Amino acid sequence: MAYLELKSIVKSFGSTKVVQQFDLAVDQGEFVSFLGPSGCGKTTVLRMIAGFEQPSAGSITVEGQEISHLPPAKRNIGMVFQAYALFPNLTVGQNVGFGLKLAGVPKAERDARVAEMLEIIKLPQLADRYPYQLSGGQQQRVALARALAVRPKILLLDEPLSALDAKIRVSLREEIRALQRQLGITTIFVTHDQEEALSISDRIVVMHEGKAAQIGAPFEIYNSPKTKFVASFVGTLNILEATVMDWGQMRLSIDGRDVTTSHGFTAKAGEKVSVALRPEAATLGWTNDGRNHMAGTVEEVAFLGSVVRVRVRFEHQTISLDTFNDPANPPPLRGATVAVAFKPEDLIILEGGTTEANHEPGTAVDAPVAVTELA
Amino acid sequence: MSSSAGLADITEHAGGPAPQQVKTARRMSNTLIATFGVVPFFLFSAMFLILPTLFLCIGAFQDQGGQFTLENIYKIFANQFLLDAYLVSIKISVITALGAAVLGFFVAQAIVLGNLPAWLRPTVTTLSGVASNFAGVPLAFAFLATIGPTGLITGWLLSYFGINLRTLGFNVVSFWGVVAAYLYFQIPLMVLIITPALDGLKKEWREAAVTLGATPLDYWRYVGLPVLGPSLIGATVLLFANSFGAIATAYALAGPSLNLITIQLYNQIRGDVLHDENLGFAVALGMILITGASNAAYIYLRERSERWIK
Amino acid sequence: MKTSSVGAWVAVCIGVFYLLMPLMGTVEFSLRMLRGTYSFEAYKILGTGEFQQSFLFSMIIALLTIIVSVLIVVPTVYFVQLRLPKLRPIVEFITLLPLVIPAIVLVFGYLRLYNSSSWLPLTGTAEATNVLLLFAYVALALPYMYRAIDSGMRTVDVRTLTEAAESLGAGLGTILFTVILPNVRSAVLSGAFLTFAIVIGEFTIASLLDRPVFGTYLQNVGAGKPYNASALSVVAFAITWASMGLMQVFGRDRRPKVAH
Repeated sequence: MAYLELKSIVKSFGSTKVVQQFDLAVDQGEFVSFLGPSGCGKTTVLRMIAGFEQPSAGSITVEGQEISHLPPAKRNIGMVFQAYALFPNLTVGQNVGFGLKLAGVPKAERDARVAEMLEIIKLPQLADRYPYQLSGGQQQRVALARALAVRPKILLLDEPLSALDAKIRVSLREEIRALQRQLGITTIFVTHDQEEALSISDRIVVMHEGKAAQIGAPFEIYNSPKTKFVASFVGTLNILEATVMDWGQMRLSIDGRDVTTSHGFTAKAGEKVSVALRPEAATLGWTNDGRNHMAGTVEEVAFLGSVVRVRVRFEHQTISLDTFNDPANPPPLRGATVAVAFKPEDLIILEGGTTEANHEPGTAVDAPVAVTELA
Repeated sequence: MSSSAGLADITEHAGGPAPQQVKTARRMSNTLIATFGVVPFFLFSAMFLILPTLFLCIGAFQDQGGQFTLENIYKIFANQFLLDAYLVSIKISVITALGAAVLGFFVAQAIVLGNLPAWLRPTVTTLSGVASNFAGVPLAFAFLATIGPTGLITGWLLSYFGINLRTLGFNVVSFWGVVAAYLYFQIPLMVLIITPALDGLKKEWREAAVTLGATPLDYWRYVGLPVLGPSLIGATVLLFANSFGAIATAYALAGPSLNLITIQLYNQIRGDVLHDENLGFAVALGMILITGASNAAYIYLRERSERWIK
Repeated sequence: MKTSSVGAWVAVCIGVFYLLMPLMGTVEFSLRMLRGTYSFEAYKILGTGEFQQSFLFSMIIALLTIIVSVLIVVPTVYFVQLRLPKLRPIVEFITLLPLVIPAIVLVFGYLRLYNSSSWLPLTGTAEATNVLLLFAYVALALPYMYRAIDSGMRTVDVRTLTEAAESLGAGLGTILFTVILPNVRSAVLSGAFLTFAIVIGEFTIASLLDRPVFGTYLQNVGAGKPYNASALSVVAFAITWASMGLMQVFGRDRRPKVAH
């Protein structure tokens, strides 16, 4: 049985449903991230686990015990907030020892545990400082120590890195992960930063409009996004509109150029589907190994150092692709005609593409005439 | 802030030989104009704030002939009547400050943290703005009309609850009547002062405390009240000063016989009842010292509370 | 409903009751002048010449107080922000003085400093005393006016506005009164209404300077005519209420947002 289990969770505020039929099973010691844009319901789910919000329906169990009726104080959960929520009137040591003091732990034992926790977060010298004397990164480490000092069953991290500088963000997230592994604590991490989620998690829950759009390991989420939303939110995928030519042979047409995919799908000829292609999966030039080729015009060349990003335009749509910098092989010039090559298995069919495609704003789907002509 | 940075800019960039003279001349004329612009303010302040106060403060240390003396200060301490007046003023100020601090805190806490409908907060704030400025003679009559011998509330209490204010020893034209009237502007003032401080209490502090096992009481005991401490004490001190300097309400309610230091000073100004002009100055000096010290304490405590909440 | 919000409701209800109770009491009392029936009899005092004169006098003094305050405070705030930032601590300290020195002490000083045999006999004639009363009220209003205008000017970019106006050839007077002042209009208005509320019922200073304002008139009426005094208190309350309400309305920044 899973350690933490959320079953059919629904949360409505008035008539708006912010979380709809959310299911998740987390194993003991697992690190799970909730990833999504603001307003997707990720924080609401976290707050329901903490007990600050009551689910409108569904159950939350820890080690098989239903906890959704328990007040937050009785759930034995550690939480770290985005805004450094250290108590400003207490020293670092008193902050870390706060939960132990409330639990009636004797002073000697408490002091030992506080010292141990400060040792773990590598700030033993700051025990007598006040929060306002610490940097943001230090404050967040103390907050982590405070949450962990009481040996909670579950650690909840609510965008703990968002308020920090980019550099500290990276180093602190590595520290958090190392600490989490060391203590083996089951952790839920809420973030809107896909890089953060990909780098730190055992599994990611990509959330969209109150639902889990996809749950999977970072590798799976990045390489095989199931929906157009996941594809667009995670990574910098090319999302293209394709017209089905023959679904038995998995043949599609993108801007009048025939391509094949190795991923099965079901759609009638002439129907439109959304497909995705990762920038690093495409190369320039003709090959003889069964790849798809699409001829187009170089529209933009961005030299990013080790990587050169080239945008190629077809009729109405473009593909961005990444090639490694090669001093012997300068990037193509703008306006040059090139071929974009990619393997059939790298062309990913997105779920719901056939229905969502026409409604999703902001994507380059503007050629219904051309599509009908081709069909 | 931006203006001082801008001034530094001007000073720094005034280099180069030819433009320098032009710029310097221009700057001088600008500064000159600016100086003329603030002259009315300083002239006004000198004539109607600083000189009158200095006149009293100096007079407090002079005898009738204008010689320096500490006699007037001694006289206050030797005059039981004046000491009593100070004491009654302090007593009334302490009671109304503490009472308003507690009651005002509860109201402010309710509108900020009480999960009440959103419209309630601006409504209570506006009402507080009105009430905190509704002092003086009209307030006195309002209380006479309400809890006076034939007042509305007096009547209600008698007919619906059988409570007779008069037999309970309550008289609106006395010390406790003045306290009730002062609370009318002190409570809303407290609400207005303490609301921003309550806003400064982060929701996350409470939530963090709760996840660590704190009851609401634990939270207030270990975090909420200690964080608010300087603001609460500072606000109370300000309420004290506000009440200490007030006179019109008490004068209109209880008349010239109530032994408040402001009323004694009023009587002294009208008719030199102390028969000692310089003693009157010393009484005024004593008042300035008390209100000045409370305001200084307020400013100090406010800065302390801002240090924490960043 | 949560238990925490029950407590909150109780606190708010008690508080609001305490603030509304004297208002209800006064209104009810003011209607009781004729025995055994409610009537507006007491409000007939509003038709008397004495009331109208004192009220008009207070209105005029209040308006003059606002005008003089604005004329003194606006240039001061402007030049301190623009060219004399070093003066800021001194100016702020001075503007806090009226909160520190009780009004009765201030007027005591005035009476001794500007008595009829002094170098500036401001208490010598009625006209001169009116001027002294006016300046006393300007002093009372100073902390509120200064803060309102100072925070108002911080939100507009005084420097850029000034330089833009200068580049178009505007003189200082034009800049101050046609460029800066309209931009801090809402701040000035909110300070003005607060000043009005404070001045209109003021008693202590006017009484000691022996000026026939609304506050002293009300005090005199109260001595023998309780019902009329209640009626006048209701009027005073209504004025305070209106001032604070208008302050809320005009205090908000109503300039339209820039369209992107």
